[in-house]
Amino acid sequence: MLIRIARASLWNRRFAAALTIATIAISVALLLAVERIRTETRASFASTISGTDLIVGARTGPVQLLLYSVFRIGDATNNIRWDSYQQIAAHPQVAWTIPLSLGDSHRGHRVVGTTTAYFEHYRYGGGRPLAFREGRAFAAPLEAVIGAEVARKLGYRIDQEIVIAHGTGRADITTHDDHPFRIVGILAPTGTPVDRSVHVSLEGIELIHAGWQSGSRRPGSTAAAATDLTPKTVTAVLVGLKSRMAAFSMQRQINQYEGEALLAIMPGITLAQLWSLVGVAEGALLLVAACVVVAGLLGMLTALLTTLNERRREMAILRSVGARPWQIGALLVIESTLLTLLGAIAGLAVVVLGMLLLSPWLAEQYGLYLRPLAFTLREAGLVALVLAGGIVAGIVPALLAYGRSLADGLTPRT
Amino acid sequence: MRSALLAIEGLRFGYQPERTVLDLPELHLAAGESLFLRGPSGSGKSTLLNLIAGVLLPQAGSIALLGQSYASLGAGGRDRFRADHIGFVFQQFNLLPYFDAIDNVLLPLSFSPRRRQRVGSSARAQAAELLARLNLDTREHSRPAVELSVGQQQRVAAARALIGAPELIVADEPTSALDADTRDTFLALLFDECRRAGAGLLFVSHDRSLEARFDRALDLPALNRAGAGPC
Repeated sequence: MLIRIARASLWNRRFAAALTIATIAISVALLLAVERIRTETRASFASTISGTDLIVGARTGPVQLLLYSVFRIGDATNNIRWDSYQQIAAHPQVAWTIPLSLGDSHRGHRVVGTTTAYFEHYRYGGGRPLAFREGRAFAAPLEAVIGAEVARKLGYRIDQEIVIAHGTGRADITTHDDHPFRIVGILAPTGTPVDRSVHVSLEGIELIHAGWQSGSRRPGSTAAAATDLTPKTVTAVLVGLKSRMAAFSMQRQINQYEGEALLAIMPGITLAQLWSLVGVAEGALLLVAACVVVAGLLGMLTALLTTLNERRREMAILRSVGARPWQIGALLVIESTLLTLLGAIAGLAVVVLGMLLLSPWLAEQYGLYLRPLAFTLREAGLVALVLAGGIVAGIVPALLAYGRSLADGLTPRT
Repeated sequence: MRSALLAIEGLRFGYQPERTVLDLPELHLAAGESLFLRGPSGSGKSTLLNLIAGVLLPQAGSIALLGQSYASLGAGGRDRFRADHIGFVFQQFNLLPYFDAIDNVLLPLSFSPRRRQRVGSSARAQAAELLARLNLDTREHSRPAVELSVGQQQRVAAARALIGAPELIVADEPTSALDADTRDTFLALLFDECRRAGAGLLFVSHDRSLEARFDRALDLPALNRAGAGPC
């Protein structure tokens, strides 16, 4: 009955109650969005690469190397010479290598120059290999394999021809239009940056850049003249070792390589470094979100306290029909719980809807693959904390109502 | 002679121990009897009603309803006892504004298993029947209390007090906001329903013109040896 009275009383004050619910909903949505983006970003990053023991690039910051080689975020400042790559690949501890040549794009999608080893050895999401939804791996310099998202977004099909642009900007200003690539394969979706990449052979990259210097085409030169398609450089190398135990010694050897300044990183360790870097900002964001929740609950407390005086007659009526003072107090706690519960549900709905609407954009713009319905225990814990906060916030007006109903009895002093 | 429903003996009460506001040597109400208690502002009327309701406990003397002394009941026990045996009608603003007429009538049953038991499974039907007997049109039964006229609200309040047949109906100035015609109709209906239920009626009002309709009339200022008290 108390729940029914609380519900009817709230409905009677529905405009004010709706505002309170909206405030709580917004604060809960903010809190959950921060938490969701935090956990999903981590999960998304962590599932992008698997089974790779080392990533090698020109000497730079470890995080930067990880970001541009695996997540296609940012650009490399330098490349690795081909002979350095060959030495790494030939090392007795090395089981396989995937050379990556980055720097070109197609309509905003990164182009990855690589070898067929990419389709054979690249693993994501806890060891899953890449699969072809259609077609096959490239076998000739001017063949391309596109990621699932590229195919979906641009409506590409097998045998279609595409032109690659120089640079990684969104506008294809300088294009290698003299060498269109034919799509021969479309990869199955992975939920990683692979989906948004166009993969071509290293020879293909070499071919389209023949006759180019410092990012622009040399006048009068044609790539047709190029006969030696052996790459001169690669941007990074993913390395799989025969034994994981050798990772540290191999890393040391590469970092001390005398031929040129190289950097070898272990993806897991560098990812942990990245999280420790962004952890402070995440903590600050969560704190701000938590403060907004507290502000929302304080708003509810104010709204309940404001109405308390007007409701003394209502409480006297309830007392006259036999309600005990603790039941009057409980009524206020039930109201605050209902408001918080509805606010939390609305907040959850806002987060899920927001994620459904924004996840394609976030995936495209930032490479964040958010799963709108992937609720975690931690999120449930946060919602439970907000609910507990709502109950605690209700205790203050409840105690006041309890005291007043004891003092007023059947004759409220209004 | 009818058996005692309410028995107040040697009652003394003060909000501060040294300031007695109510000092009643004796007040009795028999089962089924209607008693008019004239109680102008400041006569200790509200204090007396809170004492009869069991919300307050006297510093001296005793209050017993149906032979049950309040002194032997705890606060919770008195709340339950009130829910089971007393129906209240107040001056105005008697109803929960967000409930319709029927739900207002049914309200006491939520706090009194005894009255719920008496009504049985047909609570809504009985509430509707009570409202119909109190001349409230069926169309008004499902209207929110705030949309009813003052006279209609008082009849809903009377039905709420009567549902589940409590032994005592306490009416505190229930007619002061009504015009003469509505007042007379309301009183006639209230008497009928109390008689039908066999309930005793304690009617507190400052309006002497109503006295003649009751079995007995008492003057609270004359009864109260403490003189004026807070209302």
